[in-house]
Amino acid sequence: MGKPVLLEHIRIPGIRQFGVYRSHGGYRPVEKALLEMSPTEVGQEVTRSGLRGRGGAGFPTGLKWSFLNRKSDKPRYLVCNADESEPGTFKDRYLMEHLPHRLVEGLIVSSYALGVNTCYIYIRGEFKYLVRILEHAIREAKENGFLGERILGTDFSLEIHLHPGAGAYICGEETALLESLEGKRGNPRIKPPYPAYKGLYDCPTVVNNVETLAAVGPIINMGGEAYAGLGKGKSTGTKLISACGHINRPGVYEIEMGLPVEEFIFSDEYCNGIRSGRHLKAVIPGGSSVPVLPADLILRTAKNEKRLLTYESLEEGGFDSGSMLGSGGFIVYDETACMVRNTLNLTRFYRHESCGQCSPCREGTGWMEKVLWRIEHGEGRWKDIDLLVNIARHIEGNTICPFGDAAAWPVASAIRHFREEFEYHVEYPDEVRVITHGNLVRETRFTGGHPVSGIRFR
Amino acid sequence: MVKVTIDNIQVEVEEGTTILQAARKIGGSVVPPAMCYYSSLAGSGGKCRTCLVKVAHSSARDPRPMPKLVASCCTPVQEGMVVLNQTSHEVVEARKAIVEFLLINHPLDCPVCDQAGECDLQDLSFGYGLEETRYEEDRREFPEIDIGPFIKLHMNRCILCYRCVYLCEQLTEKREHGVLYRGDTSEISTFIRQSIDNEFSGNVIDVCPVGALTDRTFRFKSRVWFLKPMDVHRECPACSGKAVAWMFGEEIQRITGRKDRYGEVEEFICNECRFEKKSRADWVFEGPRKIKRQSVISANHYEKMKKPSIINPIEGTIEQSDNSET
Ligand SMILES: Cc1cc2nc3c(=O)[nH]c(=O)nc-3n(C[C@H](O)[C@H](O)[C@H](O)COP(=O)(O)O)c2cc1C
Ligand code: SF4
Ligand code: SF4
Ligand code: FES
Repeated sequence: MGKPVLLEHIRIPGIRQFGVYRSHGGYRPVEKALLEMSPTEVGQEVTRSGLRGRGGAGFPTGLKWSFLNRKSDKPRYLVCNADESEPGTFKDRYLMEHLPHRLVEGLIVSSYALGVNTCYIYIRGEFKYLVRILEHAIREAKENGFLGERILGTDFSLEIHLHPGAGAYICGEETALLESLEGKRGNPRIKPPYPAYKGLYDCPTVVNNVETLAAVGPIINMGGEAYAGLGKGKSTGTKLISACGHINRPGVYEIEMGLPVEEFIFSDEYCNGIRSGRHLKAVIPGGSSVPVLPADLILRTAKNEKRLLTYESLEEGGFDSGSMLGSGGFIVYDETACMVRNTLNLTRFYRHESCGQCSPCREGTGWMEKVLWRIEHGEGRWKDIDLLVNIARHIEGNTICPFGDAAAWPVASAIRHFREEFEYHVEYPDEVRVITHGNLVRETRFTGGHPVSGIRFR
Repeated sequence: MVKVTIDNIQVEVEEGTTILQAARKIGGSVVPPAMCYYSSLAGSGGKCRTCLVKVAHSSARDPRPMPKLVASCCTPVQEGMVVLNQTSHEVVEARKAIVEFLLINHPLDCPVCDQAGECDLQDLSFGYGLEETRYEEDRREFPEIDIGPFIKLHMNRCILCYRCVYLCEQLTEKREHGVLYRGDTSEISTFIRQSIDNEFSGNVIDVCPVGALTDRTFRFKSRVWFLKPMDVHRECPACSGKAVAWMFGEEIQRITGRKDRYGEVEEFICNECRFEKKSRADWVFEGPRKIKRQSVISANHYEKMKKPSIINPIEGTIEQSDNSET
């Protein structure tokens, strides 16, 4: 792709430090927004950019901001969702680790646009080392007059607080996050009311993903129109894709939306093909919650058009032959991967992470895991496959939060596209027992270095 | 006031009323079952999903259907809304699924459960349960816990409706009772096993829709259908003193609050009335209580149920089949 937008300065040594970041044009967007633009103009610029939420749902950010209840006399809050815990998604971590000031800058500009004076970053509990990095960045910004009272001499004041979670995936769901932030059990709330009306401490609140907020700085810098010029159709701008699995170069890549999936997987600029000369078998394109697609359907849609990395193209075909861009966790499987085992693995995750509030999700995820465990370990029966489809259908759409759907889709899509494999497990239980208990050769370690950061693995 | 149509019956209710409350205003078979909602407990509802209904028209202004089934206990009505409950195959199927989910980890120990006969889950299974289980795995098990001298917790039977949690939060002063862990290992617990020794804690027994919280003073004494419920009252400095005495001959075997036809207690009573006043002399007897629910306690048998009519899911209309009683 052309020039990176979000990760522009990532390779510059010491870019984590305020001084270095500033000397490369850092905090320019804050100056521009606060000194030259009104909050409304900043909001309009974001709307014009066509930026869509990078947390999974792809909801237009400008529109979300416009829903914020500005009539209420209660304080308003901006909450940055840094609870990234979706299997396969590790883009926010990368961004915060290497470019913490990009996030802080985005938070200041966004808070200004929203009229917010207190902003929270809710960060995943396991990201302990990021807490130090971000706290350092926040302190530096404050020391240099970009946070605190009367920023840059204007009458806009802002404090950013960091709040680590305790390690629950469900606290990434925005209303569970708010509950957790309030110090309660992280159970998703029943919507409506939406956070824009009753969010944190019952006050109007906007919750946005790290990558979404980090993109606000560059948008102000280059102008909404220029940002909208990148990408394709309604998927504007660039997106971080965290690629992992059986590829030669796993890592975080910034792509311009509209890049063909085929190019992303096979070009040496990105994933550089499948490891050890094997073949592409399947891809989960948007983090573990979205449907898995077999090789032919991920490269080309059912209409035989090129599949592109955009919200629309990945959704093409609906649930029969499509998937979703989700949060951009791109998981690639080659032909050695067992889809049953993989589905069991994901379902185990969802059983473990369900908050347990509503009956279909609490009971259904555990049931699916047990049935999948039996199939995987050579104890499956023919009727189990249809039973799984049926359980998944009964969970989907009947729950409080989208977690239920996220737990049902991987199972439903794996059976839809790889039914033969489930049937094979039932038909040849002895063989399955041997394979799953040992002799799969694993060669997932890659030589060389980390593709983007250059960090070396031993 | 807004007009809504539920299963082809129109009703006028105040703005902001939930679909469930509107349906209760009509009564009969249009009322969705509710396992977690409790009208006197703020914040309850939305969890069990048994009250799911289909909204065929969102409102007069926006006639589109809602994309998913909605929980009727926490969805407010809109002018011109058209709701399908018994008349939608989709709703009936979803409800059957929910009942199945609620039962897969349930111990099915009704024969030794004190709640049997007045249990919402029994009623629900009677209405929507499958004939045989499709669940062949191990059921989840927890040890029984004594919560103080009067209350027994059988976590195995709990459906995690959170009613008892809301009750303890809202009716009693200290927050002593809550949910531990998450997902299918969640447990109702007194925080750090400390017993609930609050004056009103006994009400958790009445709000519990199943036999997870039961009265230790009544444990294994009798079956509810052998008892005769009597409306009684007494002068009580702590509560209204209005209760139901469950009589076995001349003996008061247990005291509960007065429940309406949806199993909700009219007035919460204190622990002293509930657990310690078991002599006839403590109470003024008003007369026999009529139980207006479908459970066996109504009259030693299930009350006659109206068969759901033939359904036309697209139009949402009912073809009035002969509503003969079964
Ligand atoms: C189960 C579940 C987990 C989620 N986890 C995350 C997460 O880790 N990070 C995130 O940004 N959004 C997550 N989301 C999405 C958020 O609910 C919310 O949509 C998002 O933070 C909105 O930000 P955006 O508009 O910038 O995408 C999750 C949603 C669900 C249902
Ligand atoms: S769908 Fe699952 S995670 Fe979401 S509220 Fe229900 S039980 Fe909790
Ligand atoms: S113990 Fe009873 S009232 Fe409490 S959550 Fe469980 S089923 Fe509901
Ligand atoms: S009664 Fe509505 S969800 Fe439980």
